[in-house]
Amino acid sequence: MSFEFKIKNSQFKILKAAAFAACSIPLALLIYNGYTDGLGVNPIETITRSTGKWTLIFLLITLGVTPLRRITGWQWLIKFRRMLGLYAFFCALLHFTTYIWLDQFFDLMEIAKDIPKRPFITVGFASFVLLIPLAVTSTSGMVRRLGKRWQQLHRLIYLIAIGGVIHYLWLVKADTRKPLIYGAILGALLGYRLLAKWRVGEFFARRFALSPAAKEE
Amino acid sequence: MLIRNAPDIKSSEITDKSLYLSRRKFLLAGSASLASLAAGAAPAWLSGVDEAYAGTKLPGVQKSRLSTGEPLNSFKDITTYNNFYEFGTDKDDPAQYAKTLVTRPWTVAVEGEVKRPKIYGIDELMKLSPLEERIYRLRCVEAWSMVIPWVGFPLSALIKRVEPTSKAKYVEFLTLHDPKQMPGQRRGVLEWPYVEGLRMDEAAHPLAILAVGLYGEVLPNQNGAPLRLVVPWKYGFKSIKSIVKIRFVENQPATSWMKANPSEYGFYSNVNPDVDHPRWSQARERRIPEFTKRKTLMFNGYGDQVAQLYSGMDLRKYI
Repeated sequence: MSFEFKIKNSQFKILKAAAFAACSIPLALLIYNGYTDGLGVNPIETITRSTGKWTLIFLLITLGVTPLRRITGWQWLIKFRRMLGLYAFFCALLHFTTYIWLDQFFDLMEIAKDIPKRPFITVGFASFVLLIPLAVTSTSGMVRRLGKRWQQLHRLIYLIAIGGVIHYLWLVKADTRKPLIYGAILGALLGYRLLAKWRVGEFFARRFALSPAAKEE
Repeated sequence: MLIRNAPDIKSSEITDKSLYLSRRKFLLAGSASLASLAAGAAPAWLSGVDEAYAGTKLPGVQKSRLSTGEPLNSFKDITTYNNFYEFGTDKDDPAQYAKTLVTRPWTVAVEGEVKRPKIYGIDELMKLSPLEERIYRLRCVEAWSMVIPWVGFPLSALIKRVEPTSKAKYVEFLTLHDPKQMPGQRRGVLEWPYVEGLRMDEAAHPLAILAVGLYGEVLPNQNGAPLRLVVPWKYGFKSIKSIVKIRFVENQPATSWMKANPSEYGFYSNVNPDVDHPRWSQARERRIPEFTKRKTLMFNGYGDQVAQLYSGMDLRKYI
């Protein structure tokens, strides 16, 4: 059995356009619901939760690219990673803007008090701030210019994702199920990397004879 | 929504109680077998059975001078945005899942340190005292608020009826515990059954009511049918829903939220803009559906009536 699956450049372009469109569905729905009175009784809360949720989902999908690529051997998956990461940043930016604008209505005093005082906001804000350099250095030019340091810098994504899940976990009142689900998925994605680092992954890759590419890693 | 369609029904048109009860039994038995087939996708005519009762207009409801004149939240606001963890922790869960709650017949056991303990039927309780409309502000601990036209009667009327002994220092309330009817209880989000409590003088305060209706009609399930507490100067979670037991006790009851997180939820839980929730500010609130937040008032604006209950108490300590 082989998972090998290569695609041509023209196919890739179509696939990427489709992925871009798919990624914008959550936001499109949010805007649509906003115009059709579909955001429920507390629209600001709905917007805050939705943008927060999609930030986490895009972070997890972004972190899923490398494991999936290694397991399947589909090297071209890596070409989607920047777009997914930028979607995560975009959602985080909307989430932060919602907090500043819709929730606090630019009450800078209140915001300045909130950020250090409320641990869940501290963690969320820190994660958002750390995302900024990653978004800024996401261009091909920056990748080239930074060379090896680019990868070092972008390992911040692990910290950011952990911070994002903690942010969610610390804000719920009693029902921790959803944040723990995000935490479990994140744990699996980071755990895979640890195992891969300890060459346990190699053992599994050989064991299940996934693809030549998987063995190369 | 089904609830809205039955405001002017004549009493002669209302199905006889014994008839609808037996009909409901039949439907419930049917729905149990159907549910296994349809995986919970009960048809609307089936799930609407209890709501049909919930929409019934309550006769002879008197106005009260204790009502606020502020603009009311809509029926939709009040019945689709609820915290009622027995039916799930999302705000729209109760509206969606509370249909499984059977509110008739329903009994409330009043017991403990009283001279006249009794198990009341819900219809008997509703005749205990003239029903009044009480338009109250409700301030949730999550920093949002609404203005709600409850229908109910003073809790003090029940207290007088059962004659508490000198040992009765607190009143403890319990919600129904039945995971079959309350699917949220299948997970241990809180310790079930939900428990709340008041000090005796708080319970006897004229503002504290037992509510049986909303907007002049029988209370919808998601709002705590058939009987709930409303204590407008305290955070919303103190106003326990779907009560089956009221116990008069000597010691301060351990409430569900205190057990879940004692540093965040105290026994008193009076609305207090000066004492923040450890994780968020309580200084302001969003009055649904307003865009910007407004200042939260001490005791939710009921300070003139209730502040004396707490004179000499450090409200930073007794949260």
